[in-house]
Amino acid sequence: MTQTDRIFRALSWSVGLACVAFLMLPIVITIAASFTSSPVYTLPPPEWSLRWYASLGKRSGLRDAVLLSLNLALISTLISLVLGTLASVAVTRGQFRGREAIATFAVSPLMMPGLVVGVALLQFFREIGLRDAYWSLLLGHIVITLPFVMRTLLASMAAFDFSLIDAARTLGLSYPKAILKVLVPSLAPAYLTSGLFAFLASMDNYPISIFLTDARNKTLPIKMLQYLEEQPDPSLAAMSSGLILLAIIVLVLGARTVGLNRMIQG
Amino acid sequence: MIRRVDRLSLLAVPALGYLAVIYALPLVMLLAKSVRTPEGFSLAEYADFFADEYNMRVLWRTLRVAGLTTLLALVIAYPTAFAMSRAKGGWLTVFLVAMVLPMSLGVVVKAFAWSILFRANGALNGALQWIGLIDRPIRMMFTETALIVGAANVFLPFMVLPIYAVVRQLDQRLPEAAASLGATPMFRFFNVTLPLTLPGVVAGSAFTFSLAVSMYVIPSLIVGERQQTLSMLIARSFLYLRNEPLGSTISAVLLGIAVLVVVLSSWLARRLGART
Repeated sequence: MTQTDRIFRALSWSVGLACVAFLMLPIVITIAASFTSSPVYTLPPPEWSLRWYASLGKRSGLRDAVLLSLNLALISTLISLVLGTLASVAVTRGQFRGREAIATFAVSPLMMPGLVVGVALLQFFREIGLRDAYWSLLLGHIVITLPFVMRTLLASMAAFDFSLIDAARTLGLSYPKAILKVLVPSLAPAYLTSGLFAFLASMDNYPISIFLTDARNKTLPIKMLQYLEEQPDPSLAAMSSGLILLAIIVLVLGARTVGLNRMIQG
Repeated sequence: MIRRVDRLSLLAVPALGYLAVIYALPLVMLLAKSVRTPEGFSLAEYADFFADEYNMRVLWRTLRVAGLTTLLALVIAYPTAFAMSRAKGGWLTVFLVAMVLPMSLGVVVKAFAWSILFRANGALNGALQWIGLIDRPIRMMFTETALIVGAANVFLPFMVLPIYAVVRQLDQRLPEAAASLGATPMFRFFNVTLPLTLPGVVAGSAFTFSLAVSMYVIPSLIVGERQQTLSMLIARSFLYLRNEPLGSTISAVLLGIAVLVVVLSSWLARRLGART
C-alpha cells in the first residue's frame, strides 16, 4: 500500500464516520429534546422530565390520527403485496413484450413528485365524484406502497428458481397454490422488507395525503405539521420519539429475521 | 406453452390497471388541464408562468437547491460508500443502522429535528459558540444553506446505498492489476475506480435530485414562506389561493423536470452499461 492509498483510506473512513454522525444527529436531537422539562426547545434540557410524554394523552385528535395512519398503512401494504406478487410473477416469468417497460412504470411513482401526484388524484377523484376522504386516502396510499413492493419483489424473483414451482405442480398443486405455498414462503425476506418499507412510507406520507384529507380524516404527519403551526411545544418531540421507537422496533424485527444487509438491497 | 405464457401476462393486469387508472390517468388529466382553456388548446398558462419574473426566480431557486443538495450528498456519500464496503462486523452494523434508521423515519420528524437544530438559540449555534468558531448566534433558520444541509441529510441514504451497491461489487483486483502495471494511485482512481462506480453515482444522484426538486415539508419547515420553491407554490395555489389553473401549470412544470431526470438518468445508465 502506497502513501496515497493510505491517504485515500483515511479520508474515506473519516468522511464515513462523519456521515454516520450527521445521519444520526436529527434522531439524537429529537430524543434529547423530548425529555426536557422546559416548555421551549433548549438544548441541553435544563432538567429531564417526562411531562411532554404525559401531555400526549391530552392532545385532541392525536389518537384518531394514529389509528387512521396505521389503518391506511396496513391495508394499503397488504393490497400492494398481493397486486405486486401477481405483477412480479408476470414480469419475471411471462414471455410477452414490454416487460421492461412494465417494471419501470410500476416503480416510477417513487421518482414522481408526491405533491403533483396528490394534486392529480385530488382533481381526478373530484371528477369521478369520489368524495369520501378515507377511500381517497386508501386509493392514494396504494400508489405509494405498490412501487416499494414491486421494486423488491422484482429483484428477488429474478433470482428465484421457478423450476420449484413446476416441481410443485407435478406433485399436484395448482398454479395459484404453488405460488402461495412455494414462492411466497421462499421469498419471505423480500416480503418482510418490502412490506416494512412500504408500511413506513405510507405512515410517513405527507405530500399525497395533504390533498386527500378532510377535517375529520387527518393522518399523523398532517396532524403533526398542524400541531407544529398551532402549538409548537416539545410534545412534538415526544411524538417524534414515539415514531423513532416504532422505526427502531421495525428495524430490529427486520435485522433479526432478514439481516440489515439484505434489507437495503431491495 | 403459448397459452400459459399468455395467461401469465394477465397476472400483471390488476397492478397495472390500478396504476393506469389511479396514477397515470390522473397525471395525464392534470397535463391536459394545463393546456386547455374554454377556447380550446392553449399554452397561454405556460407563457404566463414563464413570463413572470417571480416564478422564474422560484424555478431557478428550486433547481439550484436541488442541485446543491445532490452535490453535497454526493461529496459525503462517495467516500462513505468506500468506507462502508471495507467495514466488517460491528462497524458494518453501525453504517447500516445509520442508513436504514433515518430512512425508516418520516420526513416530518427529520425536518422538525433540523428546525430545532437551526434555531438561533438551538443546539448548533450553542455547539459552534462552545468550540469558539463564532462569538454570537448566527442566523441559520430561513437560510438556503440550512435548507441544503437539512435536505442533504434527509436524502443522504438514497445517495449512499446505490453507490455502496456498486462499490461492493467492484472487483478489487482491477485497481491492483492497474497498480502492478505501474499506474499511479491518481491514475488508477480516475481511470479504473471512478468509471466503474459511475452507474451507482448516476442512480444515486438521479434519485436524490428528483426527491430534492420536489420536496415540500423540508423547505416549509426550514425556510418557510419567505423563499418559495415550486412545490410550495403548488401547495399554496391549491390549498390557499384556490387558483387551480396556476397550480396545474406549476405541477406540470415540476412533473416535466421529474420525467426529464428519469429519462436522462436511464439514458446515461444505458450508455455507461454499454461502455463497460
